[in-house]
Amino acid sequence: MNQIKISNALKFAFLAAAILVSGIAISAQSDASQQNKIGRAGTFAIVGARIVTVSGAVIENGTVVIRDGKITAVGVGAAIPSGAERIDGKGLSVFPGMIDASTNMGLAEIPQGANATMDVQEVGTMNANAKAITGINPHSSHINVTRVNGITTVLSHPTGGTVSGQGAVINLNGARQEDMAVVPVHSLVINFPRVTGGGGGFGGGGFGGGQQANFNDLIRRRDEAVEDLKKTFREVEAYAKVVEAYQKDKSLPTPTTSLRLEAMIPYVRGQKPIVFTAERERDIRAIAKFVADTKVKGIIVGGQDAWKAADELKKNNIAVIYTNIYGLPVQQDDPYDYLFEAPSKMLAAGVKFSISTGDTGAEARDLPYHAGLAGAYGLGKDEALKAVTLYPAQILGIDDRLGSIEVGKMANVVVADGDLLDPRTNIKYVFIGGRLIPLTSRHTELFDSFKDRK
Amino acid sequence: MRKTTVFLTIVSLLMISPTLLVGQSKGDLLIKNATVMTATKGTLEGTDILVQNGKIARIGKGLTAGSGVRTIDATGKYVTPGIIDAHSHAMVSAINEGSLAVTSMTRIDDMLNPSDISIYRALAGGVTGALLLHGSANPIGGQSTTVKFKWGRPVNEFPVAGAPPGIKFALGENVKRSSSTPQPGQTPRYPRTRMGTMEVIRDAFIRAREYKQAWDDFRAKKTRVQPRIDEELQPMVEILEGKRKVHCHGYRSDEHLNILRIAEEFGFKIGTLQHGLEAFKIAPEIAKHGAGVSIFADSWSYKLEAYDSTPYTGYVLWKNGVNVSINSDSAERIRRLNLDAAKMMKYGGVPEQDSLRMITLNPAIQLGIDNRTGSIDVGKDADIAIWSGHPFSSLSLCEMTIIEGEVYFDRAKDKTMREQLAKEKADLEKLEMNRAPGSGGTQPRVPTERDRGHYSHGDEDGGHER
Repeated sequence: MNQIKISNALKFAFLAAAILVSGIAISAQSDASQQNKIGRAGTFAIVGARIVTVSGAVIENGTVVIRDGKITAVGVGAAIPSGAERIDGKGLSVFPGMIDASTNMGLAEIPQGANATMDVQEVGTMNANAKAITGINPHSSHINVTRVNGITTVLSHPTGGTVSGQGAVINLNGARQEDMAVVPVHSLVINFPRVTGGGGGFGGGGFGGGQQANFNDLIRRRDEAVEDLKKTFREVEAYAKVVEAYQKDKSLPTPTTSLRLEAMIPYVRGQKPIVFTAERERDIRAIAKFVADTKVKGIIVGGQDAWKAADELKKNNIAVIYTNIYGLPVQQDDPYDYLFEAPSKMLAAGVKFSISTGDTGAEARDLPYHAGLAGAYGLGKDEALKAVTLYPAQILGIDDRLGSIEVGKMANVVVADGDLLDPRTNIKYVFIGGRLIPLTSRHTELFDSFKDRK
Repeated sequence: MRKTTVFLTIVSLLMISPTLLVGQSKGDLLIKNATVMTATKGTLEGTDILVQNGKIARIGKGLTAGSGVRTIDATGKYVTPGIIDAHSHAMVSAINEGSLAVTSMTRIDDMLNPSDISIYRALAGGVTGALLLHGSANPIGGQSTTVKFKWGRPVNEFPVAGAPPGIKFALGENVKRSSSTPQPGQTPRYPRTRMGTMEVIRDAFIRAREYKQAWDDFRAKKTRVQPRIDEELQPMVEILEGKRKVHCHGYRSDEHLNILRIAEEFGFKIGTLQHGLEAFKIAPEIAKHGAGVSIFADSWSYKLEAYDSTPYTGYVLWKNGVNVSINSDSAERIRRLNLDAAKMMKYGGVPEQDSLRMITLNPAIQLGIDNRTGSIDVGKDADIAIWSGHPFSSLSLCEMTIIEGEVYFDRAKDKTMREQLAKEKADLEKLEMNRAPGSGGTQPRVPTERDRGHYSHGDEDGGHER
C-alpha cells in the first residue's frame, strides 16, 4: 500500500497502530495469504479524482469517502474523516465496480477435460432447487482475475435442462460463499422451450438428421413444452396451497415435501425474477406471452433479437441481459455488426438492458470491452458504461446497494488511470464492500514467478 | 424448412454481392490527412499516403494524385497496416485428417472456400491476411497456406505469391485425443501420450532423412533405382532443408522445449510456436532457438493445459527479444485483434508500436511476407486499415480495409447496401421455389455443413476435433 499517502504524521501513527492491532487479530484466525486475498477494511478517502458517478454528473477533482463498507461522502471538498487513509486521485478516475449479470463464476473452473471442476449443470431437466450459492468455489482463480479488472459483482447461475436452478448475486470477494453473497438465492433460470428440430444451426430452424419435420410441427412441439411448463407452474401453486392449508389446519393430511416445487414458489408467485434464456424473436415473444399469462417477473438472458420484440418486452416489463457481443451473427446474411449493434437498437426501442459476458468465468474480465464494442457500434460511451454498472444493478434489483457512486451504497469502487472501457487502462485500486483488494491473481503470481527467468 | 432454401439463395446472393462492394480502382488511392501508425517509424500526424499499382508509393504531407484517383479524406482517422492473423481456419472446413498421426501430405490449398462469410467479417475488423492452418488432431497436420482476404476475387488470387510454405505440427491434449474416448472395440490412435507424440515426430524426421538420403544417393548416381515419390515425406524433407516453416501448436512449456530440441537435433529452426500458453516460462530458450511465438492475447482456463497461463506472456516474450504475434484461431476473435494488441500495453507495458507490431509486422515476419506487407512503408503492398479513432480503444471501429490499394471493406458502403440486400432477400423468399413446405413447397435438401457461428472458448482446434 505504498501508494497511499497519509495526510499527516499523527494519522500515520494512528493508522500504523490500527494495522498492527488488526494484523495480530487476523493472524490468529487464518493464514496471512488468505487474509491478503480478501483485502482489508478501513476508512479511505480518494481525493482529487474524476468521479464518474454514472447515476449523476461527472465530478471533477472530487473526493469519495469509504467507511464501514459503504460510500459515505461524494463530492468536491467532501469532509475527510480523521484517520482515513488518503489516496491521491490526481489523474485517476473513480467508477462504480462493474456488474456482470450472466456468468457461471465459481461453478466452472476448466470446462474442457476437467469435469471434476465443473458444477454448472445438474442431471435431469427440473432442478429448481439447485442453488448456485452452494456450488460456487470462493477460491476459484477466476474470481481474482476478474475483479482486478474492475468487475466486482456477478450473477452466477447454473445452466442446462429446462429449469436449471437458482443463481446467486455475489461480490467477487470472500473466503466463504456467505461472505460473497449479495443476494444468495436471486433468480430462477429457465431454458424456455424453443422452436427447434434438434438439429441446431440456422437459427434454430430445425433439421433433424434425415428427419423431415414440418415447421408447423416444430411450433406445435414448442407449444406443448410451454404447456408442460405452465402445468409445472400450476403444480407449484397447488403445492403451495396444500402446504399453507396444512400450516393453518394441522388436521389436514401432512403434505409430502418436494424441494423442487418448494423452490419455485416465490418465482411462480412473481416475488422473485425468472431469468429466461432466449435469442430469437419468436422465442422472446413466446416468453413475453408466458410472462403475461403467468404474471411472473421475467428477465431475458441472451437477447440477440430482443430489439425486434421491444413492444412485448416493454409491455410486460421484461429487461434483457445481453450476452452476445463476443458472438457471431447466426445468419450468414445478417449484417456483420448485427450483434455489436443490438444494444443500441434496444436503447432506441426503449428496452431495458445490460451488457454481460455470459462467460463461464475465466473471460468475464473482458466485460468492459464487450461494453466498449457496443459503444463503438452506436451505443455511445456513456450508455455503454451504464450497461455494465447501473443497468445490471437495476435489472437484478440491487440498485439500492450497487451500480453507481452514491452516498449510502455499498463501497464497490474502482479507481483507474483512464477510461474504464479501454483495454489500455490500468486499474489502480479496487474496493469491494469497502475492503481494499490486493491487485494480485493467478496471473500476476505466474508473471512474478517467471518474468525475470534468465 | 423454408429457411434452408432461403439460406441457399442467400449464399448465392452473397457470392455475387462482394463484387459490388469492391471499388473500381486498380490499386491507385490517395489517403489524406490521417494519423498514420506505421509499425516501423512511429505515428505520423496529418499524413497522406499515396498508393500506386497496389503499392505504397509515397508517405508525406500535401501529396497529390492524378485525376480520377480515388481520394479518401481521413481527417480525424487512424491508419494502421492491415492486421495479419498468424493462426486462422477461415476459408476451410474439415481441418483435421485425424485417421493418421502424420498427414503431411494434406494441403489447406485443396479446400479454400472464397465465399466463407468469415472472410468479410475479418475484413470488417481490419484484417487483410492470415495463415490458414490445419487443426491440431495430429502431431504432424498438413501444409498451410498464407492468404490475403481478397473477398469477391477468384480463389486463386487469395494465396500470397512467394510466401514460404508452412506446415502445422501439434502437441499436447488435442493430439492425444484427450477429449475423445474410443468406442468399445475401437483401437485408440497412436499417440495417446506426450511421450508418443514426440516419438511420432522423431520417427517422421528419421524417415524423411533416410528418404532424402535415398534421393541424394540416386541423384549422385550411387544407386541405380529411382526411389518412389513419397507425398508424406516430401514436405518433411523441405522442413529439413529449411524451405518449409513449422508452425507448432502447443501449450505446455515442456512440450514446446521438446519440439525445439527435436528441431535442433535435426538441424532446422521452428518457425512459430502456436498458442504458447506457457511460453512465458521458457522465453530465454525460445529466444535462443530463434522461433517466433504466436499467442492468444489472454485466453486461458478453457482446458487443463491452458490453466497455467497469463496475459503477461506477450510482455515476457517481448522483453526476451522473441518475435511475438497475437492470433485469433477463431472466426469471432479475428474481428477484434486490435483490442487484443491493446491488452499488451496493459499487461506488462509493451510500448504502443511494439504492441501494434504484434498484429501486423511480427506475424508478417513469422509468415515470411514482411518484405511486402505488415507496415506502412514505401514500396510495400498497400494493405491498410482505416479506423474511426485510435485502434486500441474499444470505442473505435474499422471503417475501411484496403488490400493492395483496393477497398475490400467500406463500412459506409456496407450500410447503404443493407436495404438493397434486404429487398433482394425478400424478393427471393417470394419465389415459388422458396415456398414453405408447410404451404405446398418442396422439402429442401438438408445441408451437409452447418454454420460455425457460435462462440467457443479458446482455440477452435479443440472445438473442431472429431
